[in-house]
Amino acid sequence: MSALLEIRDLTVRRDKRQVLAINALTVEKGEILAVIGPNGTGKSSLLLTLARLLQPEKGEILWQGRPFKDYQALAYRRHIALVLQEPLLLDVTVFENVAIGLRYRGISSLEIKESVNYWLTRMGIDALSNRSGSQLSGGEAQRASLARAFVLNPELLFLDEPFSALDAPTRLRLMDDLKSILTETGTTAILITHDLKEAGKLASRVAVMLDGQIVQIGTPQDVFANPASPEVATFLGL
Amino acid sequence: MFSFLQTLFSDPDVWAVTLLSLKVSGLATLISLVIGLPFGTLLALSKFPGRSFLMTVVNTGMALPPVVVGLAVAMTLWRSGPLGDFHFIYTPVAIIIAQTIIAAPVVTGLTAAALQQLDPRLQLQLLGLGASRAQMIVTLWREARLPLLAALMAGFGSVISEVGASMMVGGNIRGQTRVLTTAIVLETNKGDFQRAMILGAFLLIITFLINYALTWIQQRGARQR
Repeated sequence: MSALLEIRDLTVRRDKRQVLAINALTVEKGEILAVIGPNGTGKSSLLLTLARLLQPEKGEILWQGRPFKDYQALAYRRHIALVLQEPLLLDVTVFENVAIGLRYRGISSLEIKESVNYWLTRMGIDALSNRSGSQLSGGEAQRASLARAFVLNPELLFLDEPFSALDAPTRLRLMDDLKSILTETGTTAILITHDLKEAGKLASRVAVMLDGQIVQIGTPQDVFANPASPEVATFLGL
Repeated sequence: MFSFLQTLFSDPDVWAVTLLSLKVSGLATLISLVIGLPFGTLLALSKFPGRSFLMTVVNTGMALPPVVVGLAVAMTLWRSGPLGDFHFIYTPVAIIIAQTIIAAPVVTGLTAAALQQLDPRLQLQLLGLGASRAQMIVTLWREARLPLLAALMAGFGSVISEVGASMMVGGNIRGQTRVLTTAIVLETNKGDFQRAMILGAFLLIITFLINYALTWIQQRGARQR
């Protein structure tokens, strides 16, 4: 595997408060990295920084071996896709919601139709294609949100607590589907979550974040079995 | 009633005044939209020093008394005023300027309010799907289309019905700057209440028809939700 994304000596401030201080973190191509930690520890700030939606104070982030500054933010963002906790669907049909990223990229209508229909079917929501985004249940809306991201064929997928607003049965079904799609497509993903089961099920590596710092990183089995500090053990409930 | 309607539809003066009102207020609303939509968007989506102050100015501007606007515009366009050389005073251009000053804060303030009602994370979501900043803004406008249409209706309503500014900067000159509201004032002053009522009816009918069309578009959008 080769590094898709590398972080070196990164610090980020929000509202004059330092929220991130990460010495080093590498995301390998094809891996699913779960960033876990309690609420308010800076996980979402990390994700927004890596998506170039938040400006770091200092440090360097490399994308495929080249610093961020070598790429225009928009050009970089067209290699990635973002799925947030709330699906935030637009007040248009499900089809148009899923198509929006492709429309931003100027893809032809024919290609859009083909790709969107494929992903609507893949996510099991093809019957809802003409329904308004505002009329979907939580689970359906999050499926549409995932289809909207996967249709872009992203090189890196950011998932910010995508299941936390869902009920348990819906969450389990969607997690299974996401796992199989990620495996099938080989998409690299960074999953932000505070749910250890979610991280254990989906991730190939887990990074534990406390107070804006990565304090442990390893396979889920390693991290859950051998916490690096009492603080990590407390977070893991051990 | 029949003779009333006959008078209403057969008087060329009434049609001329109505047409001018529509032209002047329509153009002022359009210019207000061109100013208010981007400025309201800037206020809603950006953070910069003095933003709160500007919001307060805009919100105050939404309640600007037309006579005060008329006074300021008249002083500016008066022959001895800073823009006197353009000879705009007592022309339709002067009325359009005054009405734009009245409608622009309304459109700006309601545009900002409409966009601020959207979930702020939607901006991040759209950018995270590869939208350029311009594409993101257009998507947000489309998402807020119903309140934005309301902003347009409020802007048009604020100028089609105002009389003070139009009277002061237009001068109510027959065939040149006489609009429906100033004509109503004139006819009332003359004691010709029937004619004033005919003009009033025209004003109400026009306002109703334009708002009906905009409401129809707005509610069609709402039904599709």
